Amino acid sequence: MLCQQCHKNEANIQIIKSVDGKQSEEFLCEQCAREKEELDFSFEPQFSLHKLFASMLNQNLLESRAARHAAKNQCPECGLSFAQFSQIGRLGCRACFETFEDSLKPLLRRIHASSTHTGKIPLRTQRRVKYKRELDQLKEELQVKVQNEEFEEAAVLRDKIRAMEKDLEEKQPEKRPEDPGQDKPEKDDSEKGDQN
Amino acid sequence: MKPLQYSLSRWMEGGGPEAEIVISSRVRAARNIKGYPFSCLAPEQENREVLEKIKAAAAGKDEFSAFTFLAMDDISGLEKQALVEKHLISPFLARESSCGALLLRQDEAVSIMINEEDHLRIQAILPGLRLEEAWTETGRYDDLLESELDFVFNERYGYLTACPTNVGTGLRASVMLHLPSLIMTGQINRFLGALSQVGLTVRGLYGEGTEIVGNLVQVSNQVTLGHREEEIISNLGSVISQVIEQEQTSRQVMLDKKRAELADKAWRALGLLKYAQVLSSQEAIGLLSDLRLGYDLGLIKEVDHKLLNELLVLIRPGCLQLLAGRELENSERNLERPVQIKETLERFRRENN
Repeated sequence: MLCQQCHKNEANIQIIKSVDGKQSEEFLCEQCAREKEELDFSFEPQFSLHKLFASMLNQNLLESRAARHAAKNQCPECGLSFAQFSQIGRLGCRACFETFEDSLKPLLRRIHASSTHTGKIPLRTQRRVKYKRELDQLKEELQVKVQNEEFEEAAVLRDKIRAMEKDLEEKQPEKRPEDPGQDKPEKDDSEKGDQN
Repeated sequence: MKPLQYSLSRWMEGGGPEAEIVISSRVRAARNIKGYPFSCLAPEQENREVLEKIKAAAAGKDEFSAFTFLAMDDISGLEKQALVEKHLISPFLARESSCGALLLRQDEAVSIMINEEDHLRIQAILPGLRLEEAWTETGRYDDLLESELDFVFNERYGYLTACPTNVGTGLRASVMLHLPSLIMTGQINRFLGALSQVGLTVRGLYGEGTEIVGNLVQVSNQVTLGHREEEIISNLGSVISQVIEQEQTSRQVMLDKKRAELADKAWRALGLLKYAQVLSSQEAIGLLSDLRLGYDLGLIKEVDHKLLNELLVLIRPGCLQLLAGRELENSERNLERPVQIKETLERFRRENN
């Protein structure tokens, strides 16, 4: 396909614009695209990033009722409104991720082509995961002891487990999600991500 | 506090793998601390508390004894500018942060920005193509700080950051490349489109919103969510290896065809840098690129990477004024620039004779 501007070069850039909900498409070669200043990846790739967010978000806004609801919302923790976010492209605090999740998730997927972290886990979280695994192992041992009618030892284990569970809850009152390191299927879209 | 001295950062020492094309490798991680709003929209009081918390966390660790603490409010505009020019802090931290500060390791290879957009921006910058090593360094200080501080981490979205483009790993890996041949021959344009398709971004020397000058480009990852840190780094590394290969092939073709012209260009550049009386930074950057290419092709031996890197930084307005020891107008800077270049070239000649 040839560039719709110069009709000479091969068009290798597709520009999709969404203005007031109406979409228009244009196919341009790199040179014409740059001249039109539609994109300027060599110099200033993030120049229009905020506008880009805004248009992505506004699109979501029209698409989804939930997002429209979020538009009225304000983050209960930092007070950032959805309108402010779509203007400045910055979130105010971790609670914003819950408040605006319905709009954020598709936005993140558009930016990163994914919405699930698979990388590094903070050591503290890792330690908790390890602690929990240890706890699970003790519970299994307890089962064995009970089955073998070794009640004295079982009672010791039970007390230890209770103490550990209490400890875990004090350290981490929120729900612990399962296996964070793996690629999870996207089916659990409705579920809120745990903020640990 | 004593005024910040002009000093060489670790990356300016030069050397490292692929040094004839890759000037430096940088990896930074964005982190936020639980219980506080992100720095960019937070009230000053909250940022002050964050700053104190981070300071206290670092103070308790032996590993931070080799670090200098610099509060943005305590240093001059020139000093901040010089830090930006050496890529140790971001323009945002220098100009717009509230309670912004820097923890800088003695060798200036590791710099930790406090109250940038996010509470913490931990970065390591090394000479040559050394992304893995830079990530190891960054990760080390990430772990050290995390052992004292609770970072905002979400099992689904990973490390949470103020800007959605950093969410996940919070990792930005970038390399500074000198690509005179690909740029002069226009072959670079083929890469620009291709790079953006594989999730990479190309920018000028001084980051966002800066032009390509001196045939220097920065290539970095755009995607931070959905890939492991090692994947992000190896993806960038393998693309960079291809760019390096293309640049080398292109240089060889140029060398075979125009050896005398290239040598002439390099020697003229050295002549101008030595004897010019008025030099804009734009012109100086161009001359340094010609000189670097001549050196990398073995056509001129009067310089080395360390000297070229040092010159690349000292011709910038902030470093130049810091070296001159006073504030200078633009026209005065164009007069001061050749003076500083000459002095540096002469010092280099003395030291290498």
